[in-house]
Amino acid sequence: MITFDGVTKRYADGTVAVDDLSLEVPDGAITVFVGPSGCGKTTSLRMINRMIDPTGGRILLDGKDVTAVDPATLRRGIGYVIQQAGLFPHRRIVDNIATVPFLLGWDKKKARARAMELLERVGLDPKMARRYPYQLSGGQQQRVGVARALAADPPVLLMDEPFSAVDPIVRTSLQEELLRLQSELHKTIVFVTHDIDEAVKLGDTVAVLRVGGKLAQVAAPADLLSDPADDFVREFLGRDRGIRRLGFVPAKNLALDPAPEGVTPEGHGTFNPARDSLRAALDAALLSPDGLAVAVDDDGRVLGVVGEAALVGAARG
Amino acid sequence: MDEPLVRWDWIARNWDNGGPTSVKVLLENHIVMAFVPVIAGLLIAIPLGLACARYRWLYQPTVGIMNVVYSLPSLALFSILLSVTGLTQTTVIIPLTLFSLAVLIPAVVDGMQSVPDHVRQSAVAMGFQPMRRLTRVELPIAVPVVLAGLRVAAVSSISLVSVGALIGQGGLGYLFIDGWQRQFYTPIVVGIVLVVALALVADLVIIVAQRLLTPWSRRRA
Repeated sequence: MITFDGVTKRYADGTVAVDDLSLEVPDGAITVFVGPSGCGKTTSLRMINRMIDPTGGRILLDGKDVTAVDPATLRRGIGYVIQQAGLFPHRRIVDNIATVPFLLGWDKKKARARAMELLERVGLDPKMARRYPYQLSGGQQQRVGVARALAADPPVLLMDEPFSAVDPIVRTSLQEELLRLQSELHKTIVFVTHDIDEAVKLGDTVAVLRVGGKLAQVAAPADLLSDPADDFVREFLGRDRGIRRLGFVPAKNLALDPAPEGVTPEGHGTFNPARDSLRAALDAALLSPDGLAVAVDDDGRVLGVVGEAALVGAARG
Repeated sequence: MDEPLVRWDWIARNWDNGGPTSVKVLLENHIVMAFVPVIAGLLIAIPLGLACARYRWLYQPTVGIMNVVYSLPSLALFSILLSVTGLTQTTVIIPLTLFSLAVLIPAVVDGMQSVPDHVRQSAVAMGFQPMRRLTRVELPIAVPVVLAGLRVAAVSSISLVSVGALIGQGGLGYLFIDGWQRQFYTPIVVGIVLVVALALVADLVIIVAQRLLTPWSRRRA
């Protein structure tokens, strides 16, 4: 667990980047720091691995003040993914991934074997191992960045706007890849972004920061969307909060009516109650001319239907 | 004048006649006086350039001093040094080393600045200690830019050595004075051809070195 205990960063010119931040980052979950530029989210992240030292308060990593640990040693135990990947242009992909194992003095063979394993784990062709970074696309480079951060199997991963320099389609696939990896690895991840949609999509917990480095609200994404703490958070969340919140409500509790004669998945919007959200179910109803969302199982068999009125009722909770 | 531009028999007789002004000896001296300054310049420019890249306030004064030195006529520097180092190769090598610094220090600084910020930061975040980060990440990435500077330094050094002939230490430059004094063009042509060939070979060697050292670079020379 990472604990921020009254952490402040004040620069010599008087600027306060982070102001009395107290926060607990739980183990095995993704905590997102989100906010506009100048809110101190990146500064807060970098104080965890001592790329920046606080001027007040303490940061505890498993109960130990990070400023008591040698910076290089501390950093080798914490994965770090940076915007634009930060790959070393003069090293082949395999050696980029093996950076931290090499620094830790692993046997070369073992380090490279580990790198190859991670290359596949992040969904890249093993043939890429011998290439140099400039031969990869932005999205591929970012996957290598994630593999490199995971190389020495650190329990904690810091991600500093890792997906903001790639196009929206690639970003979506990288986000899904991260969620898939996390469901296997259960790392303690601190993720920084300025994109609130990314924050609610990825975060188990979302910490919203405001300019001047003050914490505005910490909550699970669904709670953040339903109960913003103040006007700043409400405005930052933007429009469609009500609809977006439904993305976090599972559809599995919906009461299904038997499908009327002749209603088939063709010509109707469908959803899968076992895995989809209420948002997907409502979307399915809106796509159907008769307003019925058709529930189907994994094999595409019709389970029943839900009408618009019932969906809105369920959405109101 | 029915004298041919090049008299091949002169070349044959003077290529290796055992004397101090045989073409072969002049060429060897030329190579030494051209390359010692470039190598020495590189060895001095790396620490100075690193210091300038690290402490930005050093950079402008250093470049300013180097530009003033560069503007001094080489002959003036040779004359000043004559009283210290006499009629030796050192009298030529020292000014040429200073000249090469004017090119190489900015090259090292630019090379360090060519390291992208996100690369430097990720090196820090991976747990590189400062010295290791410098030698394993920053300097290797700076190599293409430094080598580009080295090409300029090498070629201009090869060309400038000739001026040393005016104090009796100019390598192939001797051939120009000799030919001019006797109104005899063969040595002049031989000198020009060899100086140009030397410059081309030096440039080629650096280009090949760059390809071998930096297969990762898109900036192919």
